[in-house]
Amino acid sequence: MKKYILDLKVKSVERLHERYVLIKLTDDNPLPEMLPGQFVEVQVKGSPSTFLRRPISINLVDYKENELWLLVAMVGEGTRQLAHIQVGDTLNCVLPLGNGFTPAVANEKILLVGGGVGVAPLLYMGAKMKESGIEPTFLLGARSAKDLLMLDIFKRLGRVFVTTEDGSEGEKGFVTNHSLLQQEQFDRISTCGPTPMMKAVARFARRNGVDCEVSLENLMACGLGACLCCVEKTVDGNLCVCKDGPVFNIQRLLWQD
Amino acid sequence: MARLNVKIGELSLKNPVMTASGTFGYGLEFADFMPLDGIGGIIVKGTTLKPREGNDYPRMAETASGMLNCVGLQNKGVDYFCEHIYPQIKDIDTNMIVNVSGSSPEDYAECAARIDALDNIPAIELNISCPNVKDGGMAFGVTCAGASSVVKAVRERYHKTLIVKLSPNVTDITEIARSVEAEGADSVSLINTLMGMAIDIEKRKRVLSIGTGGLSGPAVKPVALRMVYQVAKAVKIPVIGLGGICSAKDAIEFLMAGATAIEIGTANFLDPAVSIKVRDGINDWLDGHGCQSVEEIIGVIS
Repeated sequence: MKKYILDLKVKSVERLHERYVLIKLTDDNPLPEMLPGQFVEVQVKGSPSTFLRRPISINLVDYKENELWLLVAMVGEGTRQLAHIQVGDTLNCVLPLGNGFTPAVANEKILLVGGGVGVAPLLYMGAKMKESGIEPTFLLGARSAKDLLMLDIFKRLGRVFVTTEDGSEGEKGFVTNHSLLQQEQFDRISTCGPTPMMKAVARFARRNGVDCEVSLENLMACGLGACLCCVEKTVDGNLCVCKDGPVFNIQRLLWQD
Repeated sequence: MARLNVKIGELSLKNPVMTASGTFGYGLEFADFMPLDGIGGIIVKGTTLKPREGNDYPRMAETASGMLNCVGLQNKGVDYFCEHIYPQIKDIDTNMIVNVSGSSPEDYAECAARIDALDNIPAIELNISCPNVKDGGMAFGVTCAGASSVVKAVRERYHKTLIVKLSPNVTDITEIARSVEAEGADSVSLINTLMGMAIDIEKRKRVLSIGTGGLSGPAVKPVALRMVYQVAKAVKIPVIGLGGICSAKDAIEFLMAGATAIEIGTANFLDPAVSIKVRDGINDWLDGHGCQSVEEIIGVIS
């Protein structure tokens, strides 16, 4: 897929949570093709301690509105500065990067499991599935009800199941404890979230013989497969999360327990 | 339009801008962003005789105006390069140069000899300065005897333009430069990364998997510029300058300090099209200052 360096215009900035902002970007030209699970390397201005671009996963591409949505978790100086961007500013983006989730095929029953800011790419995945007439099932985990992001939009796309660690919404506990996993069979699980969560999901999938792919977020520099900094050990040796991933089938990872 | 072409040994560069090894892949990764044949050369990823897995993750730490890396020469080995990568890059209309590393003079020489056989690789850059591998790399580049031994072994078996990439992690870089010149190097490139370290205060651990790494980016530019200036005065062979170059202004500083050509490294991560912009910026500056040729500014600083 062709990659671009684009100065996109900030159309809106919405604070969804104390730690998360949703930045909607647009362009005068139609946005290029991007796939669920791919990401964008954005340039952060005005933060002297931020040298490198920041990889942000694609939350949604709304081709009708010509919008690219980025859900940004404020985890460090760079992302905190990024969250201060204003409507009318431009954001320099290198996109689309990496390989996304395997597209759903007709009649495939897919469970999308997300936690924290990891729910971001699942929204676009779910939207694409709905577009092709396949209903996605979401299983979303958070610490508490207030940490569940964009729930209303997820509900418009498919079935949504929730766990919270404090039991303030949905079932209490972690995503891997949800009763849904005992009640229904899925052909594939695609997951994105904190590594311990993804490892637990991968363990469940392996033990139950379910195909599973995970989206990794190793620290990156170039985002293009040039610097070899973000490597993950796989059955094929060290691979770049930015170029060979970020989505990997768990059979390729050395995550056996 | 000023004349931008320069010569490094037998090598003709259409302009003095190249990309540094390990920061530009095999060039192909950047083909969507810029015309690869628009720059003077592309120095591809460090290649060794045998495949190397490199160091464990984490391999990178962001720093003030720069970054540390300890990739550790991950590559699939020279035979894989010759068989699978060379066919993909051999028709790119610029100097495709291979960075060669090893853990003994014989290793380096054997690797270089195999690349010598490739028609469309007109030069190699010998990496005697990688700070991230234990068995060799920088160990050779920090003593005159070590540097000489590698260059001597390679020179016997490599017949095209031989560039030697120098380590800044030495007391006097000009001594090393003179040693490799005496053994028949056609050019020296400098600087490789500066050894550094980062600490995660919450984990009370060093950030990088092997503890230390090489610092690159604008943070190292003044050090690199000083060393290029000193080496250019100390040797007769052409010097290639690198270290934190992000703009045409940075590049012109290195040219004025005595570099015949320059390499752009870490800046490729910030702007994948930066090298073309640097080329254009050099041209614009020369035109704006009434220079007919880039050669008019090389080494003008006394």
